[in-house]
Formats: sequence, structure tokens, C-alpha cells
Amino acid sequence: MAAYRQGEFAIIGIGNEYRQDDGVGVFAARKLRELLPPDINVREESGEGARLMDAWDGFSCVILIDAVNTGGRPGEICRLDASKQKIPAGHFQYSTHAFSLAEAVETARVLNRLPKQCLIFGIEGKFFGYGTEMFGPVQCALERVVEEIEQLVYKGRADQQQPG
Amino acid sequence: MKPSRTIKVDYLARVEGEGALTVKVKGNEVTEAKFRIFEPPRFFEAFLRGRDFQEAPDITARICGICPIAYQMSSVHAMEQILGIKVDGQLRNLRRLIYCGEWIESHILHAFLLHAPDFLGYQDAFQMAKDHPKEVEMGLKLKKIGNQIVTVIGGREIHPINVRVGGFYKAPRKKDLLAMVESLQWARDAALKAVKFVASLPMPEFEFDYEYVALRHENEYPFNEGRLISNKGLDIDIVEFDDHFQEEHVKHSTSLHAHLKERGNYHVGPLARYNLNFDKLPDIARDAATRAGMGKTCINPFQSITVRAVETVFACDEALRLIDAYEEPDKSFVEYEPKAGVGYGCTEAPRGICWHRYEIDDEGRILDARIVPPTSQNQGTIEDDLRGFVEKNINLPQDELTWKCEQVVRNYDPCISCSCHFLKLNIIRE
Repeated sequence: MAAYRQGEFAIIGIGNEYRQDDGVGVFAARKLRELLPPDINVREESGEGARLMDAWDGFSCVILIDAVNTGGRPGEICRLDASKQKIPAGHFQYSTHAFSLAEAVETARVLNRLPKQCLIFGIEGKFFGYGTEMFGPVQCALERVVEEIEQLVYKGRADQQQPG
Repeated sequence: MKPSRTIKVDYLARVEGEGALTVKVKGNEVTEAKFRIFEPPRFFEAFLRGRDFQEAPDITARICGICPIAYQMSSVHAMEQILGIKVDGQLRNLRRLIYCGEWIESHILHAFLLHAPDFLGYQDAFQMAKDHPKEVEMGLKLKKIGNQIVTVIGGREIHPINVRVGGFYKAPRKKDLLAMVESLQWARDAALKAVKFVASLPMPEFEFDYEYVALRHENEYPFNEGRLISNKGLDIDIVEFDDHFQEEHVKHSTSLHAHLKERGNYHVGPLARYNLNFDKLPDIARDAATRAGMGKTCINPFQSITVRAVETVFACDEALRLIDAYEEPDKSFVEYEPKAGVGYGCTEAPRGICWHRYEIDDEGRILDARIVPPTSQNQGTIEDDLRGFVEKNINLPQDELTWKCEQVVRNYDPCISCSCHFLKLNIIRE
């Protein structure tokens, strides 16, 4: 992740905490809020596309965390750089709102509303029914993603403070 | 032997919730049209039992992230009927204002991001945005303004927390409402452009002899109050709902189907409101409809997209009127004492009437709750439309017919999450 200035960077955790593994993005955001300095903008969103576009409005660098359902191994982490690649629509359809993350990113790209840097951490889920408990491997993936993002943030901050 | 086919959509996109569609065709005859809702029931009515009556607006708001105000409004009106209190003046106006916000955000989300792509042959809004960036931008900005109204009055845009029995926990400051005037003036102009845009979309020809059911108020386009009327003679107080309407369980849906006891399926939502209340629209909305080629009545369900835009003009105009007339109330709610009884509330959610009935005991505990959301009321009519539309367009190629059938369902902006709680479409030619 490139260097960033305060106020230009946000982390957005996406999902529904009452739908098992779908809540992984939201739980990751909460954990990051505890771990990171208070000036880091950490938000929670349901995943409704139009709201997401508003949520990252004004930020030049965002990290999005969401559950994915691609039929892969539960807990698998998929890292996408939306600034450089198209987001596969099928990855993020596990929402009751059909205008979801992938569509929001691609619509924003067309409308020039996509932050200059947009990293997506997708965590493969297994269970998306009612409940607040996540599947073990998904929980483990959450910890790994949180650690990785924490390191990215500190690195980005250190890079920003480098002279020249 | 007659040729047969099945039109199937196993996962209908651009609707709220999870559902599917199956149409079976034998020769030129539709033998089965099923709008299947398989999202699990959510038992909200059961959650409410045993809870304090004052919790109803906060619990029911959780039924829907798009139209929480409808649930809050119907529940508080029902409770106030039991308590024998009347919420009037500025508090009543604030309720209308927050409903304006919900109509704007819900109508625009559906019309621009979910439904318009159907008419133009795009898979989704982002495909549409490539060719129509200005319109999609305008839709997104309009939606944001609707959300802003809900946030300012309701405390937050999803599942607002400021609505209570008797009024609001806190009344907004006049300056906070005035801060929205400029963007609402832009929104009203944008909504007029939206009417022009959606009216220019290629509109499939299809008409149906619906029984439209909506609220009717003597002085205003309906949000919170009025009698339940129809174009086929229904004219009742909302407390008489059970005498005329029946809900029943059908095998293919986890959402109850509602019908009129005497005449069967009926149609609720923007088209019903428009047809039954055209005269109550402000001049600016009526003129916009007329310029868009709409008459005082409309029986083509595809035109619902135009009516949503017309109602958005109304909602922006009404919001400006209400803000202009707003004076901060001395008290943000009407006082009350709990008492036992049965009460009814019926308000106009963006998708149509949302009817509630509650029974509470003398300590204010909810003994019984019933909620009839708009989508469950439209299910039978959606199936009628599918049957009629497929029969009329039987010779269309399978892909095109399947596409149009999805569009037929989206005419109703079905909120499946609300009704039971995605949609799959199957057209089977046997």
C-alpha cells in the first residue's frame, strides 16, 4: 500500500453480523478499530452498493473487507486490488441487496468515483444462515486479515513520514 | 401433442430478498405461474409478543433496511389508537417528512439502480452507468438526499432510532432541516428530469384489470392516514381489514398470500396510490406526469417506474413544504399511560400498504401482533401478471421471455425480505 495522508484513508468492514460468516467484514473492522490509532477511519457497512459508494467518497485509499462465496475453501483469503483489476460479480453476491460490493466498485469505476487505491480482502465463508457465530476457519482468517491490514496501515503511515 | 416449455429463473437478481419464479407453458396456455419465496420466515410477530408496546417501532424497523419507516409508522399509529392519543401538528408533519425521505431513497434505488437496466437491456446498473453516467449519478445523489432526511429526523439512515410512540425522542432543530433545503430544491428538479428519463424508456405493452387498493385521505396524498379504498368499491376503515382481506399460506411461498375475500388478488403500491389519489398530488407532480404522457389512471404495471419518479417529485416538494412550515415543538412527543386494548395502523410503504394490528395488556405488554407487508399482498397479482404476460408473449424467444418475466416481477419492487421474511425464474415449456 502506498503512503497516505491522514483523512485520505478508510477501512470499511462489510456484512451482516447476524448472518454467521457474512459478518466477518464487520467483526474485522471492530477488531481493527480497537488495534489502530483513533485517527484511522474504520467503518461498518451492510454492503448495499449505493451506501458503499457514499462511504468511500472523499477517500483516496480504502481497504474493504467482506465475506465471499465462491465455492472455495472456507477461510481462504482472496486479495483483490480493485484499482488494477475488475471485480468478479459472483464473488460478493451473498447479500439480499443485489446492488452489492462488486457492482458498487464497478459502477464507481465507470463514474470515476473509485478511490485511487482500493484493496479488497475477501474471506471465503461457509455458513450464511441466521446466527452470530462464525465458522472456525473463517474466524482464523479474520485474525490473519486483521494482522495483515494492521501491518499495511503502519507501513503506509511510516512511508508517509519518510522525508522526500 | 402440444409443445410445452418452462420459463425458469432460479435466482432473480435486483430484488430485495430471496425468491424464484417458475412459469409452465403447454401450447399457448400457461398451466402454472409461481412466484416462489423461499427466504426463511423471520418470526417478527412472535418476537413482539411479551415485549413492551413502546419497543414495537424499534423491533419492527428491523424488518427492512430499505423501508423501516413504514414499519415504524404503522406500529406507532396502532399503539396510539390503543392509548387514545392523537399526534398532530408539527409532530405529525415530521412523520410525513421522514416518510418523504424513505420514499425518495427507496423509489430512486429501485427505479434507477434496479429497474431501469431492465428497460434498456443492461444486466445491471454498472453496465447502464457506462452509457448513462449522468442518470446513474443523478440517481445516486437523489437517493443520498432521501437518506439524509431519514438521518436528520430518525438519527440514522438504516433502522432509525428516533421514532417513538407519541412522536419522537428528540425533535430536530429548524436549522438542521433548513440545511437540507438547497439539496432538496436540487432533488425536486432532478426528480422532474427523472420522470422525463424513465418515461422515455421503451415500455412494454401490457394492461390488466387490477383492483387497486391504497389509502385515501381527504386532504393529502397518503402517507400515514386515510381510509382503505379501491377502484372496485372498497371503502373501509383500516380496522375493518380482516373483514375484507384474508391471508393464507401457499405451499410455494414462506410469505403469506393476501387476497380480497370477495374478489381475489389485488394490487398495492405506487400505481394503486396514483390511480386512487391523482387529484391529491401537488400541481408540480401532476404536471410532470401529464408531460410524461401519463393519464389520471394507468393500468400498465411497467409504468410503475414512471409513477415512482412522479412520487419522488411529490416527496421532494412535500418535504420542502413541510420544512418551510416547521416550527420546533415544545415537546417532542405526546404523553400517555399504557392501557389494554387492540389497535390498528396502516401506512403507505414505498411498495404499498403496510397493515399492523396489536393487542396489549394494561401494563403495555404486547399480547398479539400481526403485520401484513405490501409484498405479501402483491404476490397473487404478480402471479396473475406473469400468467397474462407469458400468454400474450408466448412466441418470444426463451431468453427474451425470461428477461421480460423478471421485469414483470420487478414492476412491484418486491421486498421479499419484508414479506417473509433473490429471485429464481423458471419458464418450463412442457
